Amino acid sequence: MSHDASHPAHLAHHFDSPEQQNQSSSLGMWLFLAQEVMFFGGLFVAYAVYRFKYADAFAVASGHLSLFWGAVNTVVLICSSLTMALAVRCGQLGDKRGIIRYVVATMILASVFLGIKGLEYAHKYEDQLVPGPQFEYVPDFDSYSVPVTAETADPNFAGHVQLFYSFYFVMTGLHALHMVIGLGLMVWLIVKAAKNHFSSEYYTPVEMTGLYWHFVDIVWIFLFPLVYLVWRH
Amino acid sequence: MSSPSDHHHVMPVRTYLNVFGALLVLTVLTVVVAFFDLGPLNVAVAVTIASAKAYVVLLYFMHVRYSNRIIWLTAAAGFVWFVLMLALTLSDYATRGWLPYPEAW
Amino acid sequence: MTKSRTHYLNVNHTVGSWLFTVDHKRIGLMYLGTILFFFLLGGIAAVLFRVELMTPGSTLMESETYNRLFTMHGITMIFFFLVPSIPAVLGNFLLPIMLGAKDLAFPKLNLASWYVFTIGGLLGLGSIIFGGVDTGWTFYTPYSSTYANSQVILAALGIFIAGFASIMTGLNFIVTIHKMRAPGLTWFRLPLFVWAHYATSIIIILGTPVIAITILLVAIERIFQVGIFDPALGGDPVLFQHLFWFYSHPAVYIMILPGMGVISEIIACFSRKRIFGYKVVAMSSLAIAILGFFVWGHHMFVSSQSMYAGMVFSILSFLVAIPSAIKVFNWTATLYGGSIKLDTPMLYALGFIGLFTIGGLTGLFLATMAINIHVHDTYFVVAHFHYVMVGGMVMAFFGGLHFWWPKMTGRHFSEMLGRITAVVIFIGFNLTFFPQFIVGYLGMPRRYHIYPEEFQIFHVLSTAGAAVLAVGYLLMAAYLFHSLILGKRSSRNPWKAIGLEWTIPSPPPTENFIDTPVVDYEAYDYSLERAYEDDEEDHS
Ligand SMILES: [Cu+2]
Repeated sequence: MSHDASHPAHLAHHFDSPEQQNQSSSLGMWLFLAQEVMFFGGLFVAYAVYRFKYADAFAVASGHLSLFWGAVNTVVLICSSLTMALAVRCGQLGDKRGIIRYVVATMILASVFLGIKGLEYAHKYEDQLVPGPQFEYVPDFDSYSVPVTAETADPNFAGHVQLFYSFYFVMTGLHALHMVIGLGLMVWLIVKAAKNHFSSEYYTPVEMTGLYWHFVDIVWIFLFPLVYLVWRH
Repeated sequence: MSSPSDHHHVMPVRTYLNVFGALLVLTVLTVVVAFFDLGPLNVAVAVTIASAKAYVVLLYFMHVRYSNRIIWLTAAAGFVWFVLMLALTLSDYATRGWLPYPEAW
Repeated sequence: MTKSRTHYLNVNHTVGSWLFTVDHKRIGLMYLGTILFFFLLGGIAAVLFRVELMTPGSTLMESETYNRLFTMHGITMIFFFLVPSIPAVLGNFLLPIMLGAKDLAFPKLNLASWYVFTIGGLLGLGSIIFGGVDTGWTFYTPYSSTYANSQVILAALGIFIAGFASIMTGLNFIVTIHKMRAPGLTWFRLPLFVWAHYATSIIIILGTPVIAITILLVAIERIFQVGIFDPALGGDPVLFQHLFWFYSHPAVYIMILPGMGVISEIIACFSRKRIFGYKVVAMSSLAIAILGFFVWGHHMFVSSQSMYAGMVFSILSFLVAIPSAIKVFNWTATLYGGSIKLDTPMLYALGFIGLFTIGGLTGLFLATMAINIHVHDTYFVVAHFHYVMVGGMVMAFFGGLHFWWPKMTGRHFSEMLGRITAVVIFIGFNLTFFPQFIVGYLGMPRRYHIYPEEFQIFHVLSTAGAAVLAVGYLLMAAYLFHSLILGKRSSRNPWKAIGLEWTIPSPPPTENFIDTPVVDYEAYDYSLERAYEDDEEDHS
């Protein structure tokens, strides 16, 4: 099959035009993201039900998380979204070196985020707050000024606290997994950019990775208040 | 080449920086608000601020503002479906107490 | 000459040319082979426990074995046969052709979906080989997450992974329908098969991820003992049911909607009429897809779900019957005054209409809260969903397979044997499942193999029916296989049907269309001259 001028190298044979191909990729990516919303959505619904049932336990458990590091990570991730958006902008302008520069910046910020997350996990591990048979939580109401209610007096209160941590680890863990996949995509972008595959006519992979990355950012935008800010007053 | 769905629409760097600034301000706001006791409103405010942040990211970083209708629809469908799933599930938990259970429960 | 013509089957014969193909038609056939294997597996399980059920006591097997068999039947039939059946086989094969496209929008993703599905299937198979699962296909917690002493994790991971195959297919379909329609092929000129797959894909995209995360939570809870659904730690088993049914009720429509699409194609062709109320039928698919999401609580009337939520779910369940009924009425109206030909595909289609109607109406009984309490978890429920799933979906699948068999293989099956088999299957099906309505109404609970003696007659009838059904399926396997080798070669349009797939040779060339077709006519316009056009000699 020969590629003439009207059929550039990046255009797959079953598409008629680059426009059609790009719009297909874009719609496909958005459908994937809609699917992702429902994937995380199931978790958020479960979280909501338990928060509704065990409000006090969730408040106490959330108080053990480090607000400082959570907030720092939020800022780090927002910065990475900015650099990613600028990488896509460079794609629009056909600026290959700009793409590489901003993607590398995004990767550095993502690594910082994951590093901080890892430290937080390690800290929770030391405090025996990782759910499972080894989980140990001794209620310490005074330091969190939680009133003794029917719920906090429940002999199973520690179990409810563990539920919070189950969600904390599953939700942030799946989010982190998505970031690791994003990092993989960015390595691929750098390779493609270095090989001169992108131009202002074709930068679809940069655009799609950008969409994915911003989605990961949005998940965190919701996770941050729901996980770290349950009970701060 | 130039249609409303044109993916070549280039926004000025200034717009990106403004969005970035708005996101930082909203992040500070959500942390500050969390230190005030608003009762059940704390969750509502936190989720509202988060939704505002997500909306800005969608519109500008993800270019939904310059995308065609089907993209709008797809983006909206995910969120609307999530809200409906949440609402119907919680409708169960919220109304369980309405009917008193026998003593043994 | 037909002998020398190159088509998608003979273009290359190496194993690699199949395993690395991105041709949607070949991938459809690979899916066909894979799902038929699981159909066989699920069928074997069914035969085994049907034989056991002939006697009221425990004759052939222990309860442990029985539990594993019905679970194996449910999991393989639902997740590895019914959900992918029509979309991944017929949809894959036909959708791009019906749109006048060379392939799906993402051919590599399509191939990936087959691999992902196969990996999921192998994990499911592994769970059977390493001892089976005893939770039922519904995986209710806390039994599945804490107490079950069987291969829950393997099966859960298998379903989790196969779910992504389904998502890949759905995503591919939606993009293809939006972006790759031939010139002139407007939305309301699309075949209803395409509309049905569009609606199905929406459900897949918005529903399947929820079962994925739910089943993942069960696996996580089992592996790490973290108590997400464990009441001992304050977890809520009813929450699992909410999440599970949020997918699994719409999954019923993932299974039945493509079947409805197939039926529309067959009814139109063998009545030689445009589908009555085309637009309404198309829109009813979307209505089912959307409404179907908000009825899931009708599975939970006795689960301690709030009565008020139950009332809402009950009302919504009644609402979703409306678009389903619209379809049935419109098919019937299409038949009225048509020049009906009772060829094999049409027999399956007529069977579908009758059996689906019974399945659907008994669904309304079950959506009624007071009746539901009486028949909850009885054979009445078993009979109901088999009328929808087997009487509906499996009938539609085999109807479609026969309808497009000449297109896919380029060969004719024996029409005589085809008709006989369709009748045998119809009789076998009703004999198997109708007695279950009665025995269920009398109080026989599902998932038990030891039962009071007065129920035996119904179980014997049911098992006899299953045997007839099995004979029907084996007969079909035999003559279809025979047709592959010795069947008469098919022309491009053996049924004289309208539709882009009938304008290209059988079997189609790899690129489907030499020139992109231009569509200037409505779907099912059987008044057109071209409906009767059938070149015996394929020119390409
Ligand atoms: Cu249902």
